[in-house]
Amino acid sequence: MNIHEAASAVDAEIVQGSFQESELTGGYTSDLLSDVMGHAQAGQILITIQAHRNTVAVAGLIGAPAVVICNGRPVPEDMIDAARDEGIAILRTDFNQYEVSGRLYRALGH
Amino acid sequence: MTTVPISPDSSPSVVLELIYRLKVKDAMTSGVVTASPESSLRDIQRLMKGNAITGVPIETQGRLVGMVSIGDVIGAFDSGTIDKPAGETMATSLVTLDAEMPLSFAVTYFDRYKYGRFPVLDREGRLTGIITASDILRRLLIALNEEIGRLEENMTTKQARDEGPLPLIELSFGTAPLDFAKAGTASQRFKKALVEKGCPPPIARKAAVASYELELNQVIHSTGGIMRMRVYDDKIEILARDEGPGMADVELAMREGYSTANEWVRSLGFGAGMGLPNVRRVADAFSIESEPGKGTSVLASINWERPH
Repeated sequence: MNIHEAASAVDAEIVQGSFQESELTGGYTSDLLSDVMGHAQAGQILITIQAHRNTVAVAGLIGAPAVVICNGRPVPEDMIDAARDEGIAILRTDFNQYEVSGRLYRALGH
Repeated sequence: MTTVPISPDSSPSVVLELIYRLKVKDAMTSGVVTASPESSLRDIQRLMKGNAITGVPIETQGRLVGMVSIGDVIGAFDSGTIDKPAGETMATSLVTLDAEMPLSFAVTYFDRYKYGRFPVLDREGRLTGIITASDILRRLLIALNEEIGRLEENMTTKQARDEGPLPLIELSFGTAPLDFAKAGTASQRFKKALVEKGCPPPIARKAAVASYELELNQVIHSTGGIMRMRVYDDKIEILARDEGPGMADVELAMREGYSTANEWVRSLGFGAGMGLPNVRRVADAFSIESEPGKGTSVLASINWERPH
């Protein structure tokens, strides 16, 4: 499953679409960025409600190609700018983290 | 002090820099012996002998009006004008230097005009000094010696600090308290530099995790600090050093889940008490020193093998 397929699986709007399409290896769901730093794996999509530019920094450092912002939280402009610089996709959906995780888990065929 | 050669890496252009950095006033002799146009050349000859100088500027009311050189005095003996006033035979079309000019001007003037000395004027056009070629050489020697001392000091402190091979990469960035907009900049640059050097992604990631957690700690808790990465053939060293406030109980700070971060910081997803434990987990070597009132210094080292 690639990023565009993930976006449609969770009815997400692609708010930052300047990225290189890549195959997702899985996902990691957390709102604690230190937890993400500690445990997420490269290639996983990051599922969170942390809509600020530090999330992009974390995603970039751990090698997450995309971030899903849940609960329809507004994505600030500086987060989009940072994500564009890093080539990280930002998706936004009205679903919560549980719903998004479930849908992506199923779509990935786990 | 141990004797070390001047670093071959530092360019000899320092010599050129010196003649631009130094000013005429830095090399000139001030407190110049002068005479008036009414003084006889014989008086001036005595002045020269008494002061061991070879040229005397002639002044009227603080204004430079002429110059008498030792050549002029010898000529006056020859032509029998030694008892005439200086005003009658002195050179009046003078080339002067400004005190604020770079020394490079003086060097050029000596080449261009072939005089042995130039009077130096201050901003108001008053005579403030006199400069000879040997003044310039003496000042340059002093400056070069200072420069050598500085280079040697740098090298000895650097050697004392390292006591090992020079790093392949060294990068440093400053952090500012609660500057979340810039937080992560150092870590991102570190990671990019590593990837560019051919570092395998899982290792670059370890370095990035360690660096990011330490960087965030500085942003959240410290009054500002420095993030430094040094990359050697066999290891990547991340150093985080801040200026305070320091921690009273380092062991407690290392405990998973322990945090002193405020609610606002926590709302951003930080301050969960996972930072330092995360760093220790990814690092192959880890050390931390902290003292209240002094600051905290953390060194995390990650093993790798430089690709050939």
